[in-house]
Amino acid sequence: MKQKVSWMLVVLLAVGLLGWAQVGTPLVLDKVSSLADIALTVFGDTAYAPAIMRATNSKALVDNTFARISRLDEILPAGSKLWIPEETWAKAFLAVWDPNRVEDLFGGGKLVVGSWWTTGGEAEGLEALFATYRSRYPDVLIVNATVAGGAGFIFKAIVKPRIIAGDPPDTFQLHAGLEVEGYSPETYLRPLDDLYTIFGWDKVFPADLLDLMRYEGHYWGVPVNIHRSNVLWYNKEIFAQYGLTPPTNWDEFFAICEKLKNTGIVPIIIGNAGGWEVAHLFEDILASVLSPDEYRGLWTGETPWTHPGVTKALEILKRIMDYANVDYSAHTWDTALDYFVANKGAMHIMGDWAWGWFMAKQIDYKVGWAPVPGTKGIFVALSDTFTFPKRAANPINVIGWLEVCGSKEGQIAFNMRKGSIPARTDITPAEKAQFNPYLQSCMDDWARDAIVPSVIHGAAAPESWVVDFKDTINLFLVTKDVKGAQEALVAAAKTALGK
Amino acid sequence: MVMWFKRKHDQILSILLVFPSALAILVFVYGFIVLTTYVSFSNWNKLVPDYSFIGAANYLRVFQNPRFLITLRNLGVFTGLFVGGSLILGFLLAVLLDRRIKAEGLFRTIYLYPLALSFIVTGVVWRWLLNPGSPQMGSAGINLLLEKMGLGFLKTGWYTDPRIGIIAVAVAAVWQMSGYVMAMYLAGLRGIPEELREAARVDGASEFQIYRFVVLPLLRPITFGALIVLGHISLKIYDLVVAMTGPGPGYSCDVPAYFMWELTFRANRFGQGAVIACILLIGVSLLILPYLRYSLRREAKI
Amino acid sequence: MKIRLFRSFLYIILVIFAIYYLLPLYVLVTTSFKSFEEVNVYAMWSPPKKLSFEAFRRALFSKWGYQGLANNFKNSIIMVIPATIFSSFLGSINGYIFTHWTFPGANIIFILMLFGMFIPYQSILIPLVQVLRFLGLFGTISGLVITHVIYGIPITTLIFRNYYSTIPKELMEAAKIDGASFVGVYRRIILPLSLPGFAVVLIWQFTSIWNDFLFGATIALDPAIQPVTVALNNLAGSYFVEWNVQIAGALLVAMPTLAVYLVLGKYFMRGLLAGALKG
Repeated sequence: MKQKVSWMLVVLLAVGLLGWAQVGTPLVLDKVSSLADIALTVFGDTAYAPAIMRATNSKALVDNTFARISRLDEILPAGSKLWIPEETWAKAFLAVWDPNRVEDLFGGGKLVVGSWWTTGGEAEGLEALFATYRSRYPDVLIVNATVAGGAGFIFKAIVKPRIIAGDPPDTFQLHAGLEVEGYSPETYLRPLDDLYTIFGWDKVFPADLLDLMRYEGHYWGVPVNIHRSNVLWYNKEIFAQYGLTPPTNWDEFFAICEKLKNTGIVPIIIGNAGGWEVAHLFEDILASVLSPDEYRGLWTGETPWTHPGVTKALEILKRIMDYANVDYSAHTWDTALDYFVANKGAMHIMGDWAWGWFMAKQIDYKVGWAPVPGTKGIFVALSDTFTFPKRAANPINVIGWLEVCGSKEGQIAFNMRKGSIPARTDITPAEKAQFNPYLQSCMDDWARDAIVPSVIHGAAAPESWVVDFKDTINLFLVTKDVKGAQEALVAAAKTALGK
Repeated sequence: MVMWFKRKHDQILSILLVFPSALAILVFVYGFIVLTTYVSFSNWNKLVPDYSFIGAANYLRVFQNPRFLITLRNLGVFTGLFVGGSLILGFLLAVLLDRRIKAEGLFRTIYLYPLALSFIVTGVVWRWLLNPGSPQMGSAGINLLLEKMGLGFLKTGWYTDPRIGIIAVAVAAVWQMSGYVMAMYLAGLRGIPEELREAARVDGASEFQIYRFVVLPLLRPITFGALIVLGHISLKIYDLVVAMTGPGPGYSCDVPAYFMWELTFRANRFGQGAVIACILLIGVSLLILPYLRYSLRREAKI
Repeated sequence: MKIRLFRSFLYIILVIFAIYYLLPLYVLVTTSFKSFEEVNVYAMWSPPKKLSFEAFRRALFSKWGYQGLANNFKNSIIMVIPATIFSSFLGSINGYIFTHWTFPGANIIFILMLFGMFIPYQSILIPLVQVLRFLGLFGTISGLVITHVIYGIPITTLIFRNYYSTIPKELMEAAKIDGASFVGVYRRIILPLSLPGFAVVLIWQFTSIWNDFLFGATIALDPAIQPVTVALNNLAGSYFVEWNVQIAGALLVAMPTLAVYLVLGKYFMRGLLAGALKG
């Protein structure tokens, strides 16, 4: 029933989007004019001429009532039908266009979009973005260059050789934050500060997110969504059976574990076959024992890793593993949730993409959520963005793509299907009501919690540090050596920060 | 005179025909090897290539990384079990099948079909089969079967137990490749003239002695051939680990090729990744040199 | 009596091992016929409660998000057949040269060629992409075919060289005395005898190239030309895996190579028998 309702909303939304999609206005010339004249009349500046030329040529490719303009200085006869683009797009065009690239004035071409979203909600979300884009720019052929593999495990190996060879996709998926360091953005990516101003993104994304996204003083991607890392999922039926309430701190958490210890139910479910899940858990523990500023400081060097909070976090992790299922290394986080299905597992700490799994397995009715113990008021965030490679083959097409990604319509369409929340802050209550209950509560938290960057998911630290961090925690699971692990973490920070 | 000219002409033709292959290998193998070796001594540790020479610093860093040493150890264990297991199992099956069995074709196909699968498929199914289960959910996979057969004491944690780890991966790999070894040995056994065995029998040798002193030595070329193929698959093993276990608890299932991938494409430490590639190449040379010496000596004899 | 006991014992051992080889197949097949709600690691031995073709349908034809495998089968075939044939013929010619028309230094070149089999492919991805781009072959099926042909040269050469070394030298000498040239000997003597060798090489190459993932994923970024192994990987989500669809897809992808082994297996054996892999 719920699914039927959301399907109807999806259809309504799609229809609404299509109707809205024609970004610009047609203009029929009443006298002979040059592009410069028209630009002066409409925008007040002759510099916009190439933008008008491009927009008209794009339209002409799908609708031959529009004029085909072959030269910038062409004099157009009366009765020519032109397409005047929106001013924001025109400004963006001017910012991006390299006057040496005459081919960009003729429309069409491709948009090669690289990502690792291949199935389920993620793929549907991506397809929704494509649909929006196509309705605005029907002259462009979208190439969906996606390669599966969690967190772009395989995708990165495919795209990096291409970037080095100077043949990147036109745009590709990238986690917001310091993951961009791994792409040497100064060399390979185009900074987007001008587009942020033109499209007003610097006003509509929350300040904490903008801070997270800045690297070397610039923005390198446009965020489409926000995911939350620090969520505690719990089995409502088991909690009801044993009279438990979701724990708000670690003492309560361990009390629940003790209570469930010998009942044949695993208190805390873990699956670490992906090699990152326990490191994910650890970052949430760090966020729970340190203040938001202290946590952020770990990654900038302001907080030393010798801080007693880190020691405490390691002790907590060690203790949690005593209550976890013994076969955690045989499971990825999703197969470990079979314990939930069988009512043999009580709690699980994982990002909010788990909700999509619960829905697909149809057990969402018995799953509740709460912030990870000790992290109430803290939102450990990660976000997917799209970038603008410097040597993209179809740079003008990328402008429209980034605009769609950053737009409210694009973000709502995408996130409803993906199971994350829009990054924008201007979602109205009516629009919010279209999302499922978990996402609605997530949006509330996003608006008021302190936002800190996730490390495992590419926001807080460059990838080389993430790999070291992850390796240390994975080894710690076996050695259980708190002192050794802390020293390794200190060394990893030293390598990464160069001190 | 004409013959000399013709022979020279044919020799030139030979060289010309081999030339494209040789050139392709020169570029795509040796060119890349030289490049990789150079990169291992360079400072390339970001996405932007940096070819400045920094001596052996990358080598030091790699060898100081505890994870790398674990992968080396794992590779040694895996290679021994995989190559040894495949050879022994393949030989055993070939010997059994050589005895004029009914439905030999059927058995042969059953032993051979895993070869058609990719390591990814093998990894996925053996991940499930060797999942030990847990006290709360009950046993799973092979452990469940063992339990049902009353052999519960044989249950182990398989790849969730850091002491076992890579051994579980070897079980899957042997499953995949032993059929190939069996096919080779079967062909070899069939190629041994019956008279040789008869003669030995007449001389009073037992079956076992016949195998030891007549058959096995004649099969030596096959053993070497299998060693080469299995050895090189073992050193490059990557897909199977990714699909089956990932690095495993305490990196007990990790292998150098997997670590190299992470270093290169996630951590962007191209220099260090190249170090591992070079070390794997050296390992391969150690394998192939004895084979070449043996093979050249054989040719000289002939 | 003793013999019969021994022979039954023999059969028992063979059957036990057959079970070892067949167990995984059982799990693969039963899982692929389950629906996602039913798929469960702890119930892997139970046959599906309700037979479901959903997994196969979605693996082949899914239009939700990622495209199903149907298109990519075509790509794989377009890629594998030329690559297999070219690399096999190259191997045959090279093998022929190295055994019967050698020249000084040929042995060394052969050994150096053989070494090419051993490089880990992950370590050469970056230069490979750059060279292919330089040649204008990057992102094309031809580029993928050529890559497979090049990296197939060592193994095909090895197989044919071993195979041809079993052809008696006298046959060759007789032909040469008769005045046959390089091409003549190849056409009239070597080629007709090569069938078993080709059986081994074609089957081996078909299987390895069909099952390749790395080159396919790196060189063919456009999904329209990707081989089926890359598409299979994409059946897995990036966050969680629908195992029934994944396994159904894997079985479908394995069909051609399985068919090759089932149908042509005896030629493979005959080729081995004829000395193709004697070392």
